[in-house]
Amino acid sequence: MTNPTPGPTPAAGTVERHLRARRGTGRGLLMPYLTAGITPGWTDYLRAFAAAGADAIEVGLPFSDPTLDGVTIQQAGETALARGASTRRILADLSAMPDPGVPLVVSTYYNLVLHDGPEAFCAALRRAGVAGLIVPDLPVHEAGELTDAAAGAGIELVLLASPATPQPRLAEISSRSRGFVYAVSLMGTTGERAALAASAAGLTGRIRRVTDRPVLLGFGISTPDQAREARRHADGVVVGAAVMRRVLDGAGPDDLRVFLATLRRALDAGSQPGV
Amino acid sequence: MRDVPLWREPVPPDGTTMGEPEARGRFGEYGGRYAPESLVEACREVEEAFRQAWADPGFRGALARLLALHAGRPTPLTPAERLSQALGVRLYLKREDLTHTGSHKINNVLGQALLAARMGRRRLIAETGAGQHGVATATAAALLGLEATVFMGERDIERQALNVFRMRMLGAEVVPVTTGSRTLKDATSQAMRHWVGATGDSHYCIGSVVGPDPYPWMVREFQRVIGEEARGQCAAELRTGVPDHVVACVGGGSNAAGTFAGFADTPARLVGVEAQGGAGAARGRLGVLHGCRSLFLQDDEGQITQAHSIAAGLDYPGVGPEHAHLRDLGRARYVTVTDEEAVGAAVRLARTEGIVPALESAHALAWVIRAAGDGELPAGSTVLMTLSGRGDKDVSTLKELL
Repeated sequence: MTNPTPGPTPAAGTVERHLRARRGTGRGLLMPYLTAGITPGWTDYLRAFAAAGADAIEVGLPFSDPTLDGVTIQQAGETALARGASTRRILADLSAMPDPGVPLVVSTYYNLVLHDGPEAFCAALRRAGVAGLIVPDLPVHEAGELTDAAAGAGIELVLLASPATPQPRLAEISSRSRGFVYAVSLMGTTGERAALAASAAGLTGRIRRVTDRPVLLGFGISTPDQAREARRHADGVVVGAAVMRRVLDGAGPDDLRVFLATLRRALDAGSQPGV
Repeated sequence: MRDVPLWREPVPPDGTTMGEPEARGRFGEYGGRYAPESLVEACREVEEAFRQAWADPGFRGALARLLALHAGRPTPLTPAERLSQALGVRLYLKREDLTHTGSHKINNVLGQALLAARMGRRRLIAETGAGQHGVATATAAALLGLEATVFMGERDIERQALNVFRMRMLGAEVVPVTTGSRTLKDATSQAMRHWVGATGDSHYCIGSVVGPDPYPWMVREFQRVIGEEARGQCAAELRTGVPDHVVACVGGGSNAAGTFAGFADTPARLVGVEAQGGAGAARGRLGVLHGCRSLFLQDDEGQITQAHSIAAGLDYPGVGPEHAHLRDLGRARYVTVTDEEAVGAAVRLARTEGIVPALESAHALAWVIRAAGDGELPAGSTVLMTLSGRGDKDVSTLKELL
């Protein structure tokens, strides 16, 4: 394990600089998720997300065996794959899209990263204008090869922390994560829940003790009320299944803009951590 | 289709092959613990508990007792007299089909169930394809007073209705998996998802030498009893003491790993036989799935593809990481046979030896028959083959074909 004491931080990348700047204005951070390739004009959703006040956007590359996703994002992935979505096509779509004005963070499973090799994968992300990367089945102790490849390509590799993570390991994750720390709010898969998990507050508190990097809470945050509550513990939220259920039900970019605007208002009204 | 012979002289035994994995659960470049962060601590706890238990003569004794009194070990080494005569080789069968519940799966499950009880867990979670591992898990849970939840693809539930009934009769909950291809691969994914939310009171009892560290190593150690018994039986039975060839079928590869472990430090040539449509070791490429880095069947975009085999237990699109490593080392060789060859071998064993094998095990036999026919197995060679399970579960499949 590395020393948990925050040392001199390497120059922050695009995602982290952007999120720190937005956090500095007192704003609660919002990172909506979209399964890439879900519809023919799927990048229109990304523009709508940015217009609704997203601070970063998570773009999921669909994988055949999403072992950490609940049924909604599984279905979204299956739908996208059935439409012929692939890493190559998705990155080509992103390259062709006008700059959305907020950082794009790709998320996917490690098999897709290994497919062309970490260096080639990260270089391709960079060329497509992606700034960050989340790999939920790549825990910190296995992240060495991707950490180097990502750093070399200028991609910020975001690490996840869980309520089950012991404190020394949490310090290592917080120190090696780039962009922000992704706090998994509960012991479970992605998917909408009735209430914010009780484990969220304890985890974010433990992360704050070891880093001042932005902390985003994800998994199970589906409503404005939950976002407002999450804001009491974290710098912001990731909202995935609640978005994708609407998309699967046929909601278009404008509908999602309206939904995300309700989350935006909830986050703006919420109090800051520790206040 | 024939395999390109990758035949090399066996790597000289150095006593470390098939020992403990290297640091971070590695077998060469394979293995590891590619688990979601929420499962990393649970995997570490399983590893710590297994290391302690495996070094504890009390645990070893309790397991040996269960294997003897409940599962019926040791299993015999049966010379296949009439078939040997016809093939011109000396074939010996390690009879895992004679264990309680009818396959080698019980060896691993009794070990993991004892471990779970020792860790204070009250429930076992398992995935199953054909249902053999599910039935074994339900059996061990009942025996030790644990609960069992078994995830099974909806398609497999339709194909294996009798095993579903057996599991329920044993008191297990069988949960249909309706996503993806609705077979073993998806049942495994669903079991892992479920474990993320149940690590506090449940042990994930993986059925093969796959998954995050320590599972590939731990399951191989629990299956090592096959190879160790066979080693002793061969020493007593064979003039040479060690067979020339050691053969086993490979899906994830647990019966092969357990068998090979008994012979890794001998000059025996190790042969793993995969289904043509599920040949992770022979045709897979490097990837990560279900917690480990190994060889998996994938399409050009890196999506995992569906395996196809008449034997549901070989219907897995990958292979355990240690097999990938043994392949790279040249210590073991991996070959494939077709559904038709396997069915033919099953019929032949039934009619020459009075044994109806599981279709998985019939794959190993199919290679022996082929290799004896084309001279790859020289006349007079001694061959040990693990007969991993009995064929009762496959009778309805065979009935439609024959």
